Amino acid sequence: MALDADWAERWVRRTADAIADAKGELTELDRQIGDGDHGENMDRGFRAVVARLDDPAAQPGAGDERTVGDVLKLVATTLMSTVGGASGPLYGTAYLRAAKVSGRPQIDPPAVVAVLEAALEGVSSRGKATVGEKTMVDAWQAAVDAAEAAARDGGSEVDVLRVAAEAADKASTATIPMVATKGRASYLGERSAGHEDPGARSTALVLGAALAAALAGPTSADPHGAA
Amino acid sequence: MKKLLNDPADAVADSLAGFALAHAELVQVSTSPVFVSRAGGGVTGKVGLVSGGGSGHEPLHAGFVGDGMLDAAVPGAVFTSPTPDQIQPAIQAADGGAGVLTIVKNYTGDVLNFETAVELAEAEGVEVASVLVNDDVAVEDSLYTAGRRGVAGTVAVEKIAGAAAARGADLATVKAVAERVIANVRTMGVALAAPTVPHVGRPSFDLGEDEIEVGIGIHGEPGRHRVQAVGADQVTEMLLTPVADDLALDGGDRVLLFVNGMGGTPLSELYVVYGRARRLLEERGVTVSRSLVGNYVTSLEMQGASVTVLRLDDELEALWDAPVDTAALRW
Repeated sequence: MALDADWAERWVRRTADAIADAKGELTELDRQIGDGDHGENMDRGFRAVVARLDDPAAQPGAGDERTVGDVLKLVATTLMSTVGGASGPLYGTAYLRAAKVSGRPQIDPPAVVAVLEAALEGVSSRGKATVGEKTMVDAWQAAVDAAEAAARDGGSEVDVLRVAAEAADKASTATIPMVATKGRASYLGERSAGHEDPGARSTALVLGAALAAALAGPTSADPHGAA
Repeated sequence: MKKLLNDPADAVADSLAGFALAHAELVQVSTSPVFVSRAGGGVTGKVGLVSGGGSGHEPLHAGFVGDGMLDAAVPGAVFTSPTPDQIQPAIQAADGGAGVLTIVKNYTGDVLNFETAVELAEAEGVEVASVLVNDDVAVEDSLYTAGRRGVAGTVAVEKIAGAAAARGADLATVKAVAERVIANVRTMGVALAAPTVPHVGRPSFDLGEDEIEVGIGIHGEPGRHRVQAVGADQVTEMLLTPVADDLALDGGDRVLLFVNGMGGTPLSELYVVYGRARRLLEERGVTVSRSLVGNYVTSLEMQGASVTVLRLDDELEALWDAPVDTAALRW
């Protein structure tokens, strides 16, 4: 099953649900080492994304021609204009770059890897962060590395997303003992150790939702489910 | 959480609506997208000044919109920088044809969103220059952090650059003046108790009954260390000494001394801090020629204060003294 625009839409909707469920957890993580608004900001952004997906007048792309990139671009522009803070431009850029490499109706495993790579490149170039600085880049990089290996080994779309989501989850947990050198948490210095990075956690949620959307497959509720 | 709010999600919008009514002669407030600009818009032939950042720091920045200071201010959600689609129209509203200077505090979110907005405004034909305020000496090793934050010194940058623009300086000159202020202003802050962000509903950080956090940013986020609470004189020394050392102040220097309240500390206590800071400066042979004491860059209802010192020269002093007519600063 190749991943199509309906998968992208399911991914986005599941991300919104996952973020809403974890809003308190993300905000608490951010309260410990940041300024305590990550859950609120992400929830505000993804609620706005879902509102646009629900609005017939705001639909990305047209009918059967809709591409994965159309959906991701809608996410990018909505996050950039509604979230603010650092996570708005960072996630906005990630989705924008991902949209640029997925402008077709269906994407195969190598293209899934390309989407993740583009997102990573967007986040790291915008935030000027690299691996090991206790940021969301740690989770994105781990996901890309795992996804590349799975695609090389001939894994399916679901295989690629599964290892990516698992790697991001592990990498997020692995930020706990790290000392932050980028972002708001860097002001804590040594005291940032012992707390999980909220951006890495939300990245793990986003990628977990991508996997769940692929596993769920099209349902009767999806207008293009029979395709 | 007890606050004078209705729905916490409407905190910023409700506050701005009241601000617009209270200061209709000075400002106009756009609601979609949200930004504040001078009543009447950009002044033809004058460099426009735009700043912005998270809400919760009032009167920064909207309180400084008016004659002799800012032409537009962009408030984000509480403690969250505004978005590019708010900032870009604010830049365009401030443009009187002579270009716009954006004054950005060095916080990752502010920097990222302003960068994007400036690109968008430039694509629309507005000439834009930008300065980054990073007056906070608490962030010690800026090689391994996001760098020094922009805090209370921002008021001095906005006032002095605003005066330069008001007297007709061109964009390059206004920018150079702003950069001269940034090069000569330093700040250090302390928190005694945390603020509560409306939509979070809990204090932003946990501080023991007998603890204070020295070297905070304007959200109360830490920069140096947590210590046992001590008297005002000792706290003032912890704030003033790194500021004065970083500026390498010595006999013959003339300064503006600015003691800023974080929102929950009474003026009487701010004057205690001012008195001690002034004596410490005078012991170094430094002349305090201008003073400002009050709540100008707050952190909601956080208990705490910051001490800012700006090294003055004749021009900076004259620009500081120039007339200003805004909701929060007027002379």
